[in-house]
Amino acid sequence: MEIIQQILFVGALIATAWYITKRIQHISRAIRLGRPENRTDHADERLKTMLLVAFGQKKMFTNPLVGLMHFVIYAGFLIVNIEVLEIVLDGVLGTHRLFAPFIAPVYPFLIGVFEILAVGVLTVCVVFLCRRFVAKVSRFQPERHREMTRWPRTDAAIILIAEILLMIAFLTWNASDSVLRDRGVGHYAALQGIVPDFLISQYLKPLFSNFSDTALVGYERVAWWFHILGIMAFAVYVTYSKHLHIALGFPNVYFSDLKPKGEIQNMPEITKEVQLSLGLPVTTGTDGAQTDDNGQQPAEVGRFGAKDVQDLKWINLMNAYSCTECGRCTAACPANITGKKLSPRKIMMDTRDRLEEIQQGWKANGYNYKDDKSLLNDYITAEELNACTTCQACVNACPININPLDIILQLRRYRVMEESQAPASWNAMFSNIENNMAPWKFSPSDRFNWADQVNEVK
Amino acid sequence: MSTETNYKVPTMADMAAAGEEPEILFWVGCAGSFDDRYKRVTIAFVRILNHVGIKFAVLGTEESCTGDPARRAGNEFLFQMQAVSNIQVLNGYNVKKIVTACPHCFNTLKNEYPDLGGTYEVVHHSQFLQGLINEGRITVKDGQSFKGRKITFHDSCYLGRANKVYEAPRDVLAALDADLVEMKRVKANGLCCGAGGGQYFKEPEPGKKDVNVERTEEALATGADTIAVACPFCMTMMSDGVKNKNREDSVRVYDVAELIAQKQGL
Repeated sequence: MEIIQQILFVGALIATAWYITKRIQHISRAIRLGRPENRTDHADERLKTMLLVAFGQKKMFTNPLVGLMHFVIYAGFLIVNIEVLEIVLDGVLGTHRLFAPFIAPVYPFLIGVFEILAVGVLTVCVVFLCRRFVAKVSRFQPERHREMTRWPRTDAAIILIAEILLMIAFLTWNASDSVLRDRGVGHYAALQGIVPDFLISQYLKPLFSNFSDTALVGYERVAWWFHILGIMAFAVYVTYSKHLHIALGFPNVYFSDLKPKGEIQNMPEITKEVQLSLGLPVTTGTDGAQTDDNGQQPAEVGRFGAKDVQDLKWINLMNAYSCTECGRCTAACPANITGKKLSPRKIMMDTRDRLEEIQQGWKANGYNYKDDKSLLNDYITAEELNACTTCQACVNACPININPLDIILQLRRYRVMEESQAPASWNAMFSNIENNMAPWKFSPSDRFNWADQVNEVK
Repeated sequence: MSTETNYKVPTMADMAAAGEEPEILFWVGCAGSFDDRYKRVTIAFVRILNHVGIKFAVLGTEESCTGDPARRAGNEFLFQMQAVSNIQVLNGYNVKKIVTACPHCFNTLKNEYPDLGGTYEVVHHSQFLQGLINEGRITVKDGQSFKGRKITFHDSCYLGRANKVYEAPRDVLAALDADLVEMKRVKANGLCCGAGGGQYFKEPEPGKKDVNVERTEEALATGADTIAVACPFCMTMMSDGVKNKNREDSVRVYDVAELIAQKQGL
């Protein structure tokens, strides 16, 4: 019987590892669809940013209470995984609480810490479910945000409920195990006198007092298997879910933009054309004038701006897979607040959806397959793009430094430079700048007329 | 009120002809040159510079749009055409330090011109005024008293979030000895006036409300009688918002430089 469980366990472990490897390859292939961009400069600053923003969750504490609750889940996730190590080894070796005899003095303390965290995670998940579905925090509501209908809404519920179930399984497994130990049933007796009751689960023991020994062993096994298989299934599920931020959040912050938020990235491929048209010597890449911010030579000129995900930079695509759809960007967006269609969160979700769609197409039709859709128009409309004030509130709000504005600007560039699709009043503004050196139709020779009034009594 | 009538506005061309170099170039910007309301800010700032005795110059008719609205609307060609020609002019005069009263010009000159060969020390006029106040070069005399008046400051995105300049304009306002009250969304969380990203130059997309009205409501909720701004576009948006709310009799919108000029009696 024991050996069958071991074989099943190892099988499940291998299947999970195999599946997750496939998923990592899939996601990494999607991210590598993007254009190259060097984000390995300033390693010190990047590391510091990652420690503060990702590990320290600095930006989550903008709202201290929510920040604290999220931190409980995060800490629980990291620390409870230490216990998973023992569970996995038990599963493979057919042992029971393998570590207990070796670290007997600290073992109950460690499990106690895990149990406190488990209760913390469980409580916060319940609170988060309530915030989303009962208190109806505005940024999560499909009535207010069209991108939050169907799958994103279900996804959020699945994650929270799964975490609650996993924590219940962990706590009740400990409790049923303690009862079995007390009763001295089978191999459970071996740890009698070595492992005492645990901090939290001791209070759950009465739940099992009426169970027969057989039923109790049954529950202990089911809880144990549910917990560990649940974790494996959850790990696979995460790769399909918005919850992927638990892994990608860290590299995403490490590689995030270090420039001032107001700086829009230069297009070196255009500088050359501009210098030629002004009759200026074309500067080479050596003096910094003709390179982009990362000292890269201009790439071969494909299209100006972005029409589809392949035209975006890889970091934009990593941003899309890292987004957990919390909607802080959208809640801070002046266009969205005042009822315009633009939602920075939707920009990120559309980018990920489009990447997934392309890969589905490849799966079905081979890697040379190209559909006739694009991120622009099929997912993100001109009306959304044109509503952006480039105020960077979305960039500032993101707890993991995602930059929706960068995508918006690249799509705008495509519309304006490749399709000449700017709104008519923008075209008027462009022509004023070009002809009158100002966005309005004033004569450039009148530009200094204000100085005549400088001595007039106000 | 002002009795001085000898304010001077030297141009870079004048300076160069006289073989001189100014301490700073005052980059006026398109709004500061052409917009009737913001011309008053340009004049107020020039009067302060004269009064304090700063050796400054402007480009006059040699100045041209930085290209900011074109770049943000997606027209990178036009932006770079503007930027490259402006850099030729600026480098031609060997300009080292630029002060501007427009956060959009400030951001573009400071952060975006270096990639195209134009590297300068760029300062926003609120930072420059803050420096003058800290050095004791702006002293308060015979001007208007602000005692007991409530002022709220609206953060411009391109000064605040874009470049993290939050304290300079507030320090300048503190020198007025008025009662500085903050809105709900300030500094890094400040709400845009609705003008950036080329929005100023087109009608807004369909929605429930205009952004400037949303922001003005927040400013009015502070009970301030003065909304201080530090950007020509915020100036227009907030002034329109106050009009929209029919409060132009009781609430005024001023640039920080205008308030300092008032305080100084300039």
